[in-house]
Amino acid sequence: MTTEANDKGRETVIRVENLSKVFGRRTRQALEMRRSGESKAEVEKETGATIGVYDAKFEVYQGEIFVIIGLSGSGKSTLLRLVNRLIDPTEGKVLIDDENLSEMSMKKVRDLRRKKMGMVFQHFGLLPNRTVLSNIAFGLEVQGTPVTERNKRGMEALKMVGLDGQENKQITELSGGMKQRVGLARALATEQEILLMDEPFSALDPLIRRDMQNLFLDIQGEIQRTVIFVTHDLDEALRLGHRVAIMKDGEIVQVGDPEEILTNPASEYVERFIEDVDYAKVRHVEAVMVEPKEVAYESEGPHVVLRRMRQAGLSSIFVVDGERRLVGLCEVEDVARLSERGENSLEESVDRSPKSVLRDTPLREVLPMFVESNAPVAVVGKQGRLKGIVVRGSLIAGLTTGSEESWESDGKSDVGSGGVVGREAVSTNYAAQEFDEEGNRT
Amino acid sequence: MMLAQAEFIPRMPLDDWIESAVAFVTDTFGGLFNVIEFAVNVLVQSLNFVMTTPPALVMIAIFAVLAYFLSGWRTALFTLVGLFFMISIDLWDAAMVTIALVIASTIVALSIGIPIGILAAQYRGVETVVRPVLDFMQTMPAFVYLIPAILVFGLGGVPALIATVVFAMPPAVRLTLLGIQQVPGETVEAAQAFGSTPWQTLVKVELPQAFKTIMAGVNQVIMLAFSMVVIAALIGAQGLGTEVVTGLTQLDVGTGFVGGIGIVVMAIILDRLTRGFGDSNAPGMVKGG
Repeated sequence: MTTEANDKGRETVIRVENLSKVFGRRTRQALEMRRSGESKAEVEKETGATIGVYDAKFEVYQGEIFVIIGLSGSGKSTLLRLVNRLIDPTEGKVLIDDENLSEMSMKKVRDLRRKKMGMVFQHFGLLPNRTVLSNIAFGLEVQGTPVTERNKRGMEALKMVGLDGQENKQITELSGGMKQRVGLARALATEQEILLMDEPFSALDPLIRRDMQNLFLDIQGEIQRTVIFVTHDLDEALRLGHRVAIMKDGEIVQVGDPEEILTNPASEYVERFIEDVDYAKVRHVEAVMVEPKEVAYESEGPHVVLRRMRQAGLSSIFVVDGERRLVGLCEVEDVARLSERGENSLEESVDRSPKSVLRDTPLREVLPMFVESNAPVAVVGKQGRLKGIVVRGSLIAGLTTGSEESWESDGKSDVGSGGVVGREAVSTNYAAQEFDEEGNRT
Repeated sequence: MMLAQAEFIPRMPLDDWIESAVAFVTDTFGGLFNVIEFAVNVLVQSLNFVMTTPPALVMIAIFAVLAYFLSGWRTALFTLVGLFFMISIDLWDAAMVTIALVIASTIVALSIGIPIGILAAQYRGVETVVRPVLDFMQTMPAFVYLIPAILVFGLGGVPALIATVVFAMPPAVRLTLLGIQQVPGETVEAAQAFGSTPWQTLVKVELPQAFKTIMAGVNQVIMLAFSMVVIAALIGAQGLGTEVVTGLTQLDVGTGFVGGIGIVVMAIILDRLTRGFGDSNAPGMVKGG
């Protein structure tokens, strides 16, 4: 709802118009039938053709990450391959900087691929018989760049993805994550303005995937390529995408920024897609809570508490009693005021009704608690003891979906100002994870 | 006496047809066959010269070194012992002539078979045509190839080589095709996505990854060519096969067996030597590319 403004005035790099791809025979007929309103399944049964992509249209702006998301078989990889014509379209246009790719000779297409479009593959697509560096320099090699030049640029790309010193390794010696770094570096070395990524991190295990997403965001922050990113993972889509296109049965059912998708699902399918993810990964508070960095004891004075809060960089702190039962929450401003006045007790600054939840409270119910303020939510045990806290960042990052009111609240708050919810959430989350586990005096 | 079966089915003079087809081909392409005969002769003669001119000990040293680099010291040792054995049974010259013929046939078979395999991998149409032809070539008894070969080229080394090529070529085509088809689709897509021409894709991506499989094909071609040695001797090709044929026609058990053992020894040496081709563990193979 906020990104619309962002996109205005930006240059369109890729424009896809009414793009369709039918595999098999009787492709034209299949398209005609589909147009006349028959469903994909009916058409495929009658003609024996397979509709890979039907009537796709979207634009990708310069420097943005455009995510295409869908379940397997939804045509997202086909759509990506139509964009650089690894697959020839049955109908429709792909315009790259206003040049129609569908009408070009193969020679011109090759030229365009060399100069403008790089690609990263799900299973890396690396050449096992070559070293890391020679894989990275492959794109330059086919362009006919001289050896010294391409090795130099290859080394630069190698550094960018953090593979310094690995240039002479064999591909087979590398782990999955490292391989994909090579795949990424290969696409970076040629310095094309467009980057097509086909589920690049799907084959990696979750922790490595997260690392790679961060690495990619870091690099993208520097080089600002125009990216089309295909994934089946909603988490990933929300995290990386400036805008997200959802595909179903070969058709794009919704395009929007992550907020729009979550708050205004355009169809029942999108809604279900989002919900599926939610229920599939039933998440409770436990999954996102973190150790409180510091706590204050009821009996302590404002000076001590203020000092502790400053050292830990906290704007609010939970107050507990001698048995670590939750008493309330103090804001730093209030504590500071008491301290200035020379008071001896925290009493006056303690909010006696802090937001608190149990460990097994579903995240859905926690979200509305951040509507009014960003103050952390306490997680308490059965006896009322403080077990952990939920901060805004860790909550959002831990989410795969949200109810309407909660995501709207995000738009109002200071954190998600750019409308790039996923990304902001990531950085906040990482800050949250830096909390150490010291300071739990028991 | 054989009874004529099912007389209501019309009889087809297939033999006559083939005969006239061969006659037609011989007459029409006589000039072409002369060129082929000349080229093959040059190839066989020069290889013969290369193999037989140097002193035996020099050749043995070359073979042993080659064996070491292609396959390792075990094969080198076996090669050394095997070749000394060939001298001691007085079949050294025959062995070298046979090797020359095998190498010549292999060169011709590969230079036809590998390109056909590559084409078949690129174009579905070629594959559909090539596969049944290969089946035909491999299942047809090798003797049969001798007949048209003699008709066209007369007796001697040339028809022997042609028959050997026809018989030994299929694995070169098949394994080249297989090797290229087994190259992961994503690597080919990657090459295309970065703007490779079809030629660059073939040379930089497909062939290097298919190399091992193609080399397995080369090994098989050599072994099949070797298996034609005796048959080739029937139509006048010189070499180890001649010993066996002599043994057979004169019922000379000793000569026959000595020739046979010589063939076995040489076949094992060649097999071990060429099996190491695609193997990156061999001392002479640079790891990776």
